Amino acid sequence: MNKILLVIQREYLTRVRKKSFIIMSIIGPILIACLWVIPIWLATRDTEIRTIDVVDESGYFTNNFPENGSLLFNFITIDVAEAKKELTQSKSYGLLYIPKIDIDNPDGITFFSEKNPSIDVIGNLERILRSEVEEIKLIRSSIDKETLESLKVDLSIDTINMTDSGEKTGSAGVATVIGYIAAIMIYFFIFIYGIQILRGVIEEKSSRIIEIIVSSVRPFQLMMGKILGVGAVGLTQFLIWMFLGFGITTIIGSYFNINREEAITVSAEMEAAQDNSGQLVAEIFSSIDAINMPLLLFAFLFYFLGAYMLYGSLFAAIGSAVDNDTDAQQFQLPITIPLIFSLIVLSAILREPDGNLAFWLSMIPLSSPIIMMMRIPFGVPYWELILSMSLLILGFIFTTWLASRIYRIGILMHGAKVNYRILGKWLFMKN
Amino acid sequence: MELLYTKEIAKSFGDFWALKDINIHVPQKSIFGLLGPNGAGKTTLIRIITQIIFADRGEIYIENKKMKPADIQLIGYLPEERGLYKKMKVGEHLVYLARLKGLSSHDANEKIKFWLKKFEILTWWNKKIEDLSKGMQQKIQFISTILHEPKLVILDEPFSGFDPINANLIKDEILELREKGSTIIFSTHRMESVEELCDYIALINKSKVILDGSKKEIKQKYKSNTFIVEHTNDFDGLNNNFELLEKEILDHNLFRSVIKMKDGQNPNSLLSALIEKVQIHSFIEQIPSINDIFISQVNAQQNE
Repeated sequence: MNKILLVIQREYLTRVRKKSFIIMSIIGPILIACLWVIPIWLATRDTEIRTIDVVDESGYFTNNFPENGSLLFNFITIDVAEAKKELTQSKSYGLLYIPKIDIDNPDGITFFSEKNPSIDVIGNLERILRSEVEEIKLIRSSIDKETLESLKVDLSIDTINMTDSGEKTGSAGVATVIGYIAAIMIYFFIFIYGIQILRGVIEEKSSRIIEIIVSSVRPFQLMMGKILGVGAVGLTQFLIWMFLGFGITTIIGSYFNINREEAITVSAEMEAAQDNSGQLVAEIFSSIDAINMPLLLFAFLFYFLGAYMLYGSLFAAIGSAVDNDTDAQQFQLPITIPLIFSLIVLSAILREPDGNLAFWLSMIPLSSPIIMMMRIPFGVPYWELILSMSLLILGFIFTTWLASRIYRIGILMHGAKVNYRILGKWLFMKN
Repeated sequence: MELLYTKEIAKSFGDFWALKDINIHVPQKSIFGLLGPNGAGKTTLIRIITQIIFADRGEIYIENKKMKPADIQLIGYLPEERGLYKKMKVGEHLVYLARLKGLSSHDANEKIKFWLKKFEILTWWNKKIEDLSKGMQQKIQFISTILHEPKLVILDEPFSGFDPINANLIKDEILELREKGSTIIFSTHRMESVEELCDYIALINKSKVILDGSKKEIKQKYKSNTFIVEHTNDFDGLNNNFELLEKEILDHNLFRSVIKMKDGQNPNSLLSALIEKVQIHSFIEQIPSINDIFISQVNAQQNE
């Protein structure tokens, strides 16, 4: 036991002291922060105001376009051909040409511009024109605007989760996001640190330190020490990211909040938007409340570590069987397939979080960590959770046993051409 | 007294028997040469002794007790295929290996300092392993093998990769280890170092021990009653009790003859027979070298 600790210590310290670890620990949270901040920044930055010349031959719209935050309309009463010529000299963004149109079938409206117009601008113009035409048609059918407004109904369905501890407001959207993030984090963690185990074992083999080490510790101790040591490195990095990421997001977030408040006083329009988002935030928080957070965190940690142990030992086994990274690839495939498969079926699980597929995949240890993390935010019966966790424990005990059988033989084999048949032989070989 | 002996050790890999009925006796405070052609099973035997792998049958006794898992602390093993963690520093690497052998952090540091000083490489403490040359790394590996003062030191081709000066340094260390009471099992293909260092040898061929005992006795056993005589005056042959194997002219009128005695003769009768015919300048019994014994024994088995 003492020797496993020594191995863990070495694996941990040599990795944590590496420059790449320190750099990744700093860059990671910045990337996470960017993920949060850039959309906010994009949403709040001032949009450019564009002037658009309008030649209206139909006479329906003259001087009649409503103000729009980003578009400024300049109605001109010259010939189209001339307007087009002038466009190249003027600062206008483009020229909207409305020919004489049939109001029931408004075809032939054209937008001229020097550059390719953005989808935003075209979408805006289409929306404005559509509503204008609709209004004209409404007036024609003698329905006034107020009557129309009174016909509109605002409706949304509130979802309530019935749980033992009472009713809670739920949100499928929030559950989806939390499930996705948790599932994908487990996926990446297994991959990044599984490969590190694999590399570590190959390094020991190719540098020929292995025989010196196993004359002091049992191969199993060395393997477990490496898996646990690398896992501890992963957890450390993960925690650093969480704290730094959270810190940076809070700092930047609060900065933007202040800015936004200022903006509210300026623009009434913005205020309305802010109201909406405020309501949204409140909704999100109440649905986060609906999810059993302590359970989610516990399950995440459990599946996170369980999945890592399960796959980590398999990566160690592969590393022991081969001499270099290239040879490792053919054996990596069968390990990565269940992982990638779990990720692909996530959307199917999402459609039916309590379906048969979801149930069985969350029981099989190879897929259960990713699938279960997707299901938990939607609520999973406790017996399913306990069964799945027990199976995962059995699963990693089995893969660790399997891996140690291959590992003890593999680490001493150099230059041997290994295939699955030989791996099978090693499995049952006496020590 | 024997530090270590094995009883009927056997090991198979699938259908192949790597070792069959191995009995070796390693006396205390001796240098024991483990010899044999490539693939004979030497490394397998060493790996069984160091508990890296386990025998199918048979037992190992160390200090007259059956070997336990904890007894690997008594052994220091320098494998033929050896390396170090390239990214680690010399000092921390040695501490790690010493602590795996059960030394406390403090003891490890003290002992490492002692050895680095002795080899005049104390300044390497903070150097990365990957910045050392192969020979320098070999020194570190040697130190790591003997740091914990093991009773049994197992060295597999210890001189490979060393220049003659460093090889000499290591050779002196091996002799000093024996002086201090360690027992050394020494596996090598360099017969001159066997001649020079070993007190006892075992020759393994085709998974079996074919020779085992003290180097002197084995040499005595395999001597062929052949004498090398340098003499002046030529002669054509002696009586029927002696056979002239070869004769060579060294200088004009100076010859070297190789003469084999038939059974029942002794060196004095050969001398008196010679005195009658030639002037004797030197008279030496031809003792076979370990190299000769190795080759003749392995070949004899090959031809069986």
